[in-house]
Amino acid sequence: MLITTTKGLIDESLLVKKTGGIDNDDERTTWVEYRLDGELVHRSANVTLKKMPAMFGETAKIGG
Amino acid sequence: MCTSFKVELLNGIHGFGAGGPAHASADSFKAALYLTSATINAGATVYTVTGEVSGAGYSAGGVDLTGSPDWIAPTAGATTTAYTTPTANIVYTTVTLTTAFNCVMIYNSTQGNKAVSVHTFGDQTITAGTFTLTMPTNNETTGMIRIA
Repeated sequence: MLITTTKGLIDESLLVKKTGGIDNDDERTTWVEYRLDGELVHRSANVTLKKMPAMFGETAKIGG
Repeated sequence: MCTSFKVELLNGIHGFGAGGPAHASADSFKAALYLTSATINAGATVYTVTGEVSGAGYSAGGVDLTGSPDWIAPTAGATTTAYTTPTANIVYTTVTLTTAFNCVMIYNSTQGNKAVSVHTFGDQTITAGTFTLTMPTNNETTGMIRIA
């Protein structure tokens, strides 16, 4: 598979791949990095946002 | 959620779905990324270039929400919560953003770039890669915009 890098398309077999991620209350994130001779040549990330606070619609009690 | 957005909802400014006298068709929305050093929060009222990321493959203003329409039709859930979520994931394809960023602002490009919401996440950089914001499940507990 060819990977888009800062040096053009390079076959994945020539690169060192590293993946990681975090999963907490706010987000679930994964990322992938490719290095060529120690140099970072590609990094992509995917962030899934988790629950945002809802807006609460409230009405006043008339005469309350 | 931006405070100004709440006011604008009461004033009928934003059209997330089609219908109603003010919005025969749904508005168009965009998503811009902001540097970790930027001070973008719920006080934002309108899209700004200040603090926005820059780099190869990224255009000021960010990307269009690519759904058709941009948002899933607003729906009322069983617990009386109304909700909606962008129809498609937000994708920045083949960009290089080497200065850390941690924030996206969604704004209404049809209505004078008025801010809708600001979402933060852990610091990211992208190198000749793709940054994807995967949308949450559109329901009354996780939808991106929910009015309870």
